[in-house]
Amino acid sequence: MTGEPAAALADARVLILAGGLSYERDVSLRSGRRIADALGELGVHAELADVDASLLSSLAKDPPEAVVFALHGAPGEDGSLRGVLELLGVPYVGPSATSARRAWDKPGAKTLLREAGLATPDWIALPRETFSDLGAAALLDRIAQRMGLPLVVKPSQGGSGLGVQRVTDAADLPAAMMAAFAYGDVALIERFVPGVDVAVSIVDLGEGPVALPAVEIAPKGGEYDYVARYNAGATTWHCPARLSDEVAARVAEVAVAAHTALNLGDLSRVDLMVAEDGTPWFLEANVAPGMTETSLLPHAARAAGIGLGQLLASLVERAIKRH
Amino acid sequence: MSGTTLDDYTDRYAQRVHGMAQSEIRALFSVASRPEVVSLAGGNPYTAALPLGDVGEMFAEMLATDGAKALLYGPGQGDVALREAICMVMADSGIDLSSGASPDDVVVTVGAQQALDLLTRVFCDPGDVVIAEGPTYVGALGVFQAAQCQVVHVPVDDEGLIPEALEETLAVLAKAGKRPKFLYTVPTYQNPTGVTLTEARRERVLDICEAADLLVVEDDPYGALGFEGQPPRPLRARRRSGIFYVGTFSKTFAAGLRVGWVLAPPAVRDKIVLATEAAILCPSALAQGAVVRYLTAMPWREQVKTFRELYASRRDALLSALTDYMPAGMRWTKPGGGLFVWAELPEGLDSKAMLPRALQQRVAYVPGTGFYADGSGRGQMRLNFSFPPADRIREGVRRLADVISEQSALSQTFEGAAPRTDDA
Repeated sequence: MTGEPAAALADARVLILAGGLSYERDVSLRSGRRIADALGELGVHAELADVDASLLSSLAKDPPEAVVFALHGAPGEDGSLRGVLELLGVPYVGPSATSARRAWDKPGAKTLLREAGLATPDWIALPRETFSDLGAAALLDRIAQRMGLPLVVKPSQGGSGLGVQRVTDAADLPAAMMAAFAYGDVALIERFVPGVDVAVSIVDLGEGPVALPAVEIAPKGGEYDYVARYNAGATTWHCPARLSDEVAARVAEVAVAAHTALNLGDLSRVDLMVAEDGTPWFLEANVAPGMTETSLLPHAARAAGIGLGQLLASLVERAIKRH
Repeated sequence: MSGTTLDDYTDRYAQRVHGMAQSEIRALFSVASRPEVVSLAGGNPYTAALPLGDVGEMFAEMLATDGAKALLYGPGQGDVALREAICMVMADSGIDLSSGASPDDVVVTVGAQQALDLLTRVFCDPGDVVIAEGPTYVGALGVFQAAQCQVVHVPVDDEGLIPEALEETLAVLAKAGKRPKFLYTVPTYQNPTGVTLTEARRERVLDICEAADLLVVEDDPYGALGFEGQPPRPLRARRRSGIFYVGTFSKTFAAGLRVGWVLAPPAVRDKIVLATEAAILCPSALAQGAVVRYLTAMPWREQVKTFRELYASRRDALLSALTDYMPAGMRWTKPGGGLFVWAELPEGLDSKAMLPRALQQRVAYVPGTGFYADGSGRGQMRLNFSFPPADRIREGVRRLADVISEQSALSQTFEGAAPRTDDA
């Protein structure tokens, strides 16, 4: 870690974007407050701002030294706000607009990583129109036949487990599709890989991307859905994950490879499923990982002996320097 | 390495806490509070219609003349002046001295919500059965769940609770050897459906309860908010015993003051007073003092009339927008008062699954599932008309109608589309 980043930020004003109109608004506000507190504890002047009609004029009138994204979901993760900040010349923590957009689209990210030689479960991503044009019954029938059950159905964009369902019974597939389409126009149907669910946070403090210890996720109810994610006590996390040294090293290597291939810069969280044979399967990458009390990145940082405030301050400093 | 739940207290919680969890609905509602969203999801009275300047002066005068008392503890049962004023309010609806309503039998509570909590504490042990309308008030479900009660729903139609269904439910419970502790009912302009138990059914329901020796908790927050004259008299105005009447000033004055009450016969009243003293010591003297002044020194009946007229015009806006915009297959109630309309979606649609889509279109509602203890209600939704102005209500319904039409098309696409399991 770099030393005393807070001192370097003594006169800086850091703006944390949180809230917005996405479904993850609530989680985002909690992440934002946590980031502000962590930076505040180090004496860094951190302010929270919602994304609304007043944001642009306040950014122009009183530009902060740097912006930290606590926005989950669009427009924080889809690259659009990052694009606006680039336009205004405001430094920010995290990957560029282009990279964020690429990671945001799950099928796109999977395609890119498969081409880069990483394992990712078979999938098909289809817009709702395809089902109405071709007939949902015939199409789902074919999908279930070719891909087999269980399947995971999720919106092609978005996070927090919203709209995600694991389907083990074919009779539940239509309802799962409807649930995913409630969150977006394209649904991703992915083969379910049984194994250990892990999340690897990646940070780059200037010396290349480094994987923090993997966090293993063991929801008490079996599914890592919204309830399991954001109700303290509903999930057991193991950090580091209960993997052999060899598999843990492989998981870290794959996560860093995914981060690098997607060009995710300062930080990301890569979600993987580790199959019984030890193969890490890439599921998705998040460019604005959650920072709530029950989120994975703060947990991993703690396990690595890194304070969240210290980590964020280093990333802010790096964003300012990069600019 | 044993892992962590990030909650060091996991193993220490009481049993009753285990059923409490934040749902994704809560996450979605944080978006509903943004001004871009037309929220038909709330349940707030429109306090902006109060003469806030006068209310401010009233508070100032109270503090100046009676501040030392208003800022002190008071009796657990509540201030006697307020209990007298409450009897005056109840008399308007027909619950008066002739029906045995005395200030001595009134216990002031922190909103009607605490009255429900106290009655449940006094009567229910874990596992006890409580009968409630299906759907019913979500806050009552929260109380019953926290007390680990089993809620059995009895369906309602346009005339309120269905007496035959109540009889049937009681018979089934009796057969299973279960004796329900009470019937919880909102007979007038019910939350969430807006329907009112008809005159004929009131007597019938009371006869059934009497025959079955079933206690009744009558929750009446909306009785004063009738748009077409007086509603049928409360259940408590018809029978003296076996009925606990719960009232509130949340809808006739200010929900933020949290002042409600329960009318109970002396023996039960004593238990309730002990329970409330154990829970909160005493209700807020400041809030009680404000309500007393509102009821004695301000034109409160005029104010309630203002609320009634305002909500009536907003209900009309909601109903006409529903008629103008909603696709075929939608049905909804036509409440004669209160704050809510209950709408039933076309076959196959799921109000909970549809909510993110609605929020994307900048309109919010409450999915029907919140009003049942058993997970039903997916095909229904609650729409509020007391808070948003008429033009916003109309715009909200227009957006909602688009979402429903779109979801209907999607539902038709996926209807019967489950793959054959033998091939899968």
